[in-house]
Amino acid sequence: MRVILIDDEPLARSVVLEYLQNWPEIEVVQECNDGFEGVKAIAQHNPDLIFLDIQMPKINGFEMLELIEQPPSVIFTTAFDEYAIKAFEEHAVDYLLKPFTRERFDKAVQKWIDQQQKSEPKQNTKELLENLQSSSPKNDRVVVKTGNKIKIIPVSDILFLAADDDYVKIHTQEGSFLKNKTMAYFEKLLGEDNFVRVHRSYIVRINEITRIDPYEKDSHLAILKTGEKIPVSKTGYPKLRQVLGL
Amino acid sequence: MIRQQANTQQASESVLSKSKLTLIVVQCIVACMISQSAILLWFGFSAQTSIIDSSVSISLLAIACYLIANNLQFYRPEKNGYLLMLLYCSILASLWLVVNNWTLDKLILNDPHYSEFLYNSLPIRFFIGLLMIGLMAMVSVVWYTQLDQKETEKRKLEAETLARDAELYNLRQQLQPHFLFNSLNSITALIGSRPEEARKMIHQLSDFLRGTLKKEDQQPVSLIDELEHLQLYLDIEKVRFGHRLSTEISYNEACKTKKLPPMLLQPIVENAIKFGLYDTTGVVTISIFGECDENELHITIQNPYDPDTTRPKHGTGFGLSGVKRRLHLLFGRTDLLETTSYSHIFTTIVKIPQI
Repeated sequence: MRVILIDDEPLARSVVLEYLQNWPEIEVVQECNDGFEGVKAIAQHNPDLIFLDIQMPKINGFEMLELIEQPPSVIFTTAFDEYAIKAFEEHAVDYLLKPFTRERFDKAVQKWIDQQQKSEPKQNTKELLENLQSSSPKNDRVVVKTGNKIKIIPVSDILFLAADDDYVKIHTQEGSFLKNKTMAYFEKLLGEDNFVRVHRSYIVRINEITRIDPYEKDSHLAILKTGEKIPVSKTGYPKLRQVLGL
Repeated sequence: MIRQQANTQQASESVLSKSKLTLIVVQCIVACMISQSAILLWFGFSAQTSIIDSSVSISLLAIACYLIANNLQFYRPEKNGYLLMLLYCSILASLWLVVNNWTLDKLILNDPHYSEFLYNSLPIRFFIGLLMIGLMAMVSVVWYTQLDQKETEKRKLEAETLARDAELYNLRQQLQPHFLFNSLNSITALIGSRPEEARKMIHQLSDFLRGTLKKEDQQPVSLIDELEHLQLYLDIEKVRFGHRLSTEISYNEACKTKKLPPMLLQPIVENAIKFGLYDTTGVVTISIFGECDENELHITIQNPYDPDTTRPKHGTGFGLSGVKRRLHLLFGRTDLLETTSYSHIFTTIVKIPQI
């Protein structure tokens, strides 16, 4: 079984390495200092399990997982994270609170191995992520992957969002980026102060709208400062009028 | 007229509600008008003449008094400025006299006896006017000085409360779960492989925590003490982050003994570490530099940051706004904390006035 350790503190990784000496069947294929390295290493090695710290440079552990299409099983190793712990408990993912004992560590690994052998459904890492976001404090950025690069988009840079099959296309001044999330997720993330969902498939920054034109019988078009035309649905129109104070 | 003075002085001793104050002022004005009418009746003028004269002169005088009181709300004479005040009062009194005389001259025409009286009473009117305006000025100075003192006291009290809060906050911060648990985790790692280093880190951690607890009183500490305390903190972080973190602490010899409020720099350095270590992935150098002149101690803290990840342009952040507020409450100034970000380096400058 192949694992990857992702933690920005070398000493923290060395504890896990030391404890893993009791588990000869487990091979550590790589150690990573941050989420960027983590994303690359997971794509390269496709490990069975990762040990993941949460507080790390640039992008945190959750943001890193969001960038991975098929996240492997995860055992979180973290010092303290009130809101995350709650989400861990609700889902079958194990977590280790630093500093953890060898016994506790062995238990977590054994639990994971048992799950694998019983061919129980894999821990639903994706579900965990969805759940985490809804319980986490308001986020002010979105992390996306474009090709091999990881891009951090501050929420303040987002102009509008458009649904695109299973993805959401995030439009900014610099171009557009795809993210594997739902519109409902973004509606929650962005809040109602600066954004309004004008259509099943569109969320728009309120300040970007310069004009609203009538379009076919029940719908309208919102014209943005950038010149983009965004469809406004029958239900979206009254919401839009309200936020614009019309 | 003496009653007005008595009433106003009483008002200055306790901060009265606005409606009560207005009532007192109106009562005084009416009392003065009645007194002056009575005097004029005594001199043998008609009731009409007496009432017009007293109404006009007392109303105008009230305006002059209002002017000086209002003026003193924003400008109070310096210690040696009382001669200037006297001059100002005299000018105001003369002005009042001229306007008063002119108005009364126009209003009361059919009484030659009155015109003569008006002319003859000029010096007395001037004297009374000056007296009233002068009294008003004095009362206002006392009143507003007292208000100011109350304000200062309130600010002082608030500063003390905030310092206590900051201390608690700092305690929580230093005993902050992340820092403490991660440090303990590092010790766990070191115990197996490098026990000597583990022991050293335990000592550093204890010294740091002890130092934090010791700083319970809000007495200013010397720069050298504060920097030593910070060095402990940074040393622990260095063990955690290994080669990624390096620090440079320097200061001018002359500034060693300059004083600063305890725990003031801690949040700034934490902030620097947070931006430095968590928003970049390379090697991070945090530098702290102290310099001073006779009046002020300047401490500059620099850390690298990534403008793409962080947004320092959005003001100073939570930790720093607390520092700013504390400085404001301690020194009554808002210009003591400066932050600039230039070419991937974020700089925080704190100025501490030496009292």
